[in-house]
Amino acid sequence: MKVRVRFFAAPREALGRGEIEQELPTGSTVGELMDLLTEEYPVLRSYASFINIAVNRKYATPEIELHEGDEVACVPPVGGG
Amino acid sequence: MYPLWEGDKTAGWRVDKHVTGKESVKLFEITTEKLSVDDVVARLANPAIGAVIVFVGVVRGNTEGREVRFLEYEAYPEMAEETLRQIGQEICARWKTIQEVAIVHRVGRLQVGEVSVVIALSAAHRPEVFDAVHYAIDRLKEIVPIWKKELWVNGAEWRSER
Repeated sequence: MKVRVRFFAAPREALGRGEIEQELPTGSTVGELMDLLTEEYPVLRSYASFINIAVNRKYATPEIELHEGDEVACVPPVGGG
Repeated sequence: MYPLWEGDKTAGWRVDKHVTGKESVKLFEITTEKLSVDDVVARLANPAIGAVIVFVGVVRGNTEGREVRFLEYEAYPEMAEETLRQIGQEICARWKTIQEVAIVHRVGRLQVGEVSVVIALSAAHRPEVFDAVHYAIDRLKEIVPIWKKELWVNGAEWRSER
C-alpha cells in the first residue's frame, strides 16, 4: 500500500522536499513507517527521536495501523505564537 | 468598529457556540495575509456578548541578545486549523462563560513588529476570560503545527519552546 508523508520545518529542509509517497506492506504501523523512512533517508535520523507523527491530521502513536492513502505528517516541536 | 455586529455578513446571530462549521465567517484560520485585530474581533459579532479579550502576538526584534532580521512561519495548514478549532472547543467546554473563540495565525515572512497571531474570545461577562486567553496561547504553542524560523544577521534557527 501507499501512504503520503509530509514534512515541515527543519526535517523538510534537511530532506529537501515537503512530501514523499511511501510504499509499505499492508498493515504496517506508524512505528514501522518511521523505521523504514529513517533507513531510506538517513538525514531524518537526527530528528526521529523528537518528532511527533500525525495521521490524517491527528496526532498518532507508533502502534497505530496505517491504511492505503493515509496522510502522514512528521511534526517536529512546534513554535507558533 | 462599534457596534460590533455592524456589517455582519451572517444571515442571523450565531446563538449556538457549539455549532461549528456552519458559520459564514472563519473562526480558525491560517493565512499569509496581514492580520487585522479589528477583523478578527468582528468575527465574534453577536449581540449576546459583553466582553471581548484579545491577545496579539507580535514579532520581537531580538532573542537572547541576537538581533532578528525577520521570521519565517510555516504551518501544516489543514491540521493547524483543526487543532485551533480543538482549542476553541476545549475552552468552551471548560469556561462556560466563553461565548465564542477566534484564532487567526499568519504564516510566511514576517518583519519585526508585525502581528503573527490574534486570539479573540467573547463572553457575556468578563470573569474567567483572562484565564481562558492564557490557556489559548499556551495550548497553541503546545499542539498547533506551526513552526518559526528566526533569521539573524549571521544565521538562522527553527525555534520551539518545547
